[in-house]
Amino acid sequence: MTTTLSPEKLHAPQVTDQPLVVVEAHKSWVRINLKDLWAYRELLYFLMWRDVKVRYKQTALGAAWAILQPLLLMLIFNFFFARLAGISSGNVPYPLFAYAGLLPWTFFANAVTGSGNSLVGSTNLITKVYFPRMFIPAAAVGAGLVDLAIAFVLLIGLMVYYGVGLHLSLALLPVVIILTTLLALGVGMLMSALNVRYRDVRYALPFMIQVWMFASPVIYPLPEKWHTLFSLNPMVGIIEGFRAALFGQPPDWSALGSSAAITLAILICSVFAFSWMEKGFADVI
Amino acid sequence: MKPIIKIEHLGKRYRIGAQQAAYGSLRDTLAGAFRAPLRLWQRKVRVSASSFWAVKDVSFEVQPGEIVGIIGRNGAGKSTLLKLLSRITEPTSGRIELYGRIASLLEVGTGFHPELSGRENIYLNGAILGMARAEIKRKFDEIVAFAEVERFIDTPVKHFSSGMYLRLAFAVAAHLEPEILLVDEVLAVGDSRFQRKCLDKMQEVGRQGRTVLFVSHNMPAITRLCPRTILLDGGRVIGDGPSSQIVGAYLSSGLGTTAERVWADLSTAPGNDIVRLCAVRVRTEDGEVSDALDIRRPLVIEMEYEVLKASHVLTPNFHFYNEEGIYAFIASETDPAWRDRIRPEGRYLSTARIPGNLLSEGTLFVGAAISTMSSTTIHFYERDAVAFQVIDSLDGDSARGDYAGQMPGVVRPMLQWSTRVLLESNQPVAAQAGEGAR
Repeated sequence: MTTTLSPEKLHAPQVTDQPLVVVEAHKSWVRINLKDLWAYRELLYFLMWRDVKVRYKQTALGAAWAILQPLLLMLIFNFFFARLAGISSGNVPYPLFAYAGLLPWTFFANAVTGSGNSLVGSTNLITKVYFPRMFIPAAAVGAGLVDLAIAFVLLIGLMVYYGVGLHLSLALLPVVIILTTLLALGVGMLMSALNVRYRDVRYALPFMIQVWMFASPVIYPLPEKWHTLFSLNPMVGIIEGFRAALFGQPPDWSALGSSAAITLAILICSVFAFSWMEKGFADVI
Repeated sequence: MKPIIKIEHLGKRYRIGAQQAAYGSLRDTLAGAFRAPLRLWQRKVRVSASSFWAVKDVSFEVQPGEIVGIIGRNGAGKSTLLKLLSRITEPTSGRIELYGRIASLLEVGTGFHPELSGRENIYLNGAILGMARAEIKRKFDEIVAFAEVERFIDTPVKHFSSGMYLRLAFAVAAHLEPEILLVDEVLAVGDSRFQRKCLDKMQEVGRQGRTVLFVSHNMPAITRLCPRTILLDGGRVIGDGPSSQIVGAYLSSGLGTTAERVWADLSTAPGNDIVRLCAVRVRTEDGEVSDALDIRRPLVIEMEYEVLKASHVLTPNFHFYNEEGIYAFIASETDPAWRDRIRPEGRYLSTARIPGNLLSEGTLFVGAAISTMSSTTIHFYERDAVAFQVIDSLDGDSARGDYAGQMPGVVRPMLQWSTRVLLESNQPVAAQAGEGAR
């Protein structure tokens, strides 16, 4: 576009005032359209808001489900692991220990499941309107944060009940939550994109989540022996970090660091893989 | 003037069978990867052989404020072109430049969530269509008033009647104020009142100096609303100019109506290794091939095909669409001689006779197919294989009688009417008149 005021510009201000949109085949392997992501940012908010609003519609218990899920699991695991198997959870009472692990885990599991199935559930949007597709799985993860906040209420109650005081280490908590969100986003986005092409994901995902849970120290303390092997699982650093922040224990910086590095790697791969597959969504979904 | 839309050598290639491949499981892909590289190479060859260009080498420009009609047979690439323009799908080649916001009336109600209230859905749908929150807020009252749903605005839309739902959805789309509006009439669901509203909105948008692209099979609407029309065939632009001229050319060229189609080369004809289509024809009752048929006279549709392998029970069938894209009816072979009987190899001719005084006037597009019903296998389906015009005379002896105006409907049967007097008035007409005079 020329900067001089040409006569043609005077005659057609309504055209040249508008931003130019170019649609063409992408020769480059991957393209991330940051301009579009920014232009549609309000849509991310609306999609998240929709997911939150719709989640507990027509349920009798409503948002109480956000607390019930980890609470019931905690009670079951308390019975089997603490009472029957006699697993020791150190100086933290087992119910509190388990709940503090189940909290980030439930968020992560629900976020990954929700976003993994989100694109396939939005077929009519994808085939009819253009907008950055990335927002669909992202909104599903974001909506899970609301559940996490609700479940936190019970955690505070448990901490008061067991007399756990406030620690300076609580400052670490937001960092750990952001890390969990990014990991859920990375895994969820990748799964949602694969799900468009391979519906196997729908069946594999719940199984994968279950296995992943047992591979993470959610309901048992981290065995010292296999520390290195375990730290390959990014959820290990996250859950351990979550507990350390709550109970004022010294955080395991190396586990947290490797967790952050793996999360970032997954997220970057996922974003690129998603943008690569994105252009075919409307044709194959 | 600088064009608002500039399309250069645009192309979009689809793979036939991509749908099946898409749903194919991971196992197939993994299994494929483990097989010899030769196999992978073979697969590639097969894919390239079964791909087709839905849109190929399309170039044109649209000036701001123009209303352009887009016409062509089903499968000519019209809808794909709109999908490319609205960025739903990415082109395989070429480029589009456009200025400003694009909205299409084919996405009415997209993203509505049944559990959310009318109010919530206005915001959600507006955001999905690309409106800013402040903009939706500003137009909110106007949208609600337009949709006439004030009293139910806080009710979940799943409790809305379908009419209310549609009105609300349309109201949001109508208040988007895009620089470019895309209208795909075939996809515009709803009753005639709603379609009327779509057309009115289009005209209004045009008057405001905005740009409209209008895809339709409705030739009168095209010539009435659009000064310029683009004709597509086989994914290419084959005509671009004043609507009356292009529509006329389309209707008389045989693209619009072809009474006879013959596939001379059996290897490229529609079909598979079981059966292939050789020809489809429309004939008058006297056996003459014709694309203009009298509404009162019977007509014959015939399909010639070659059975290459005697392995299936085959049922030829015809599919009739009118010019608005409405599915008028399907006719399947009912010849008792071939019921549950496998057809031996050879050449066949199946004919179907359509009685006079059944079809409505206008253009009918006929798709020809051969299926096996027991396993629901479609051996081929040739969309718009032939087309013909049904012409209603004004002689007064057709179902329209002496009425000369528009008669909607997909059929125009001649029914047996009779009227008899149930109760005569007490006094004869003459006596009444006499009394009045006194």
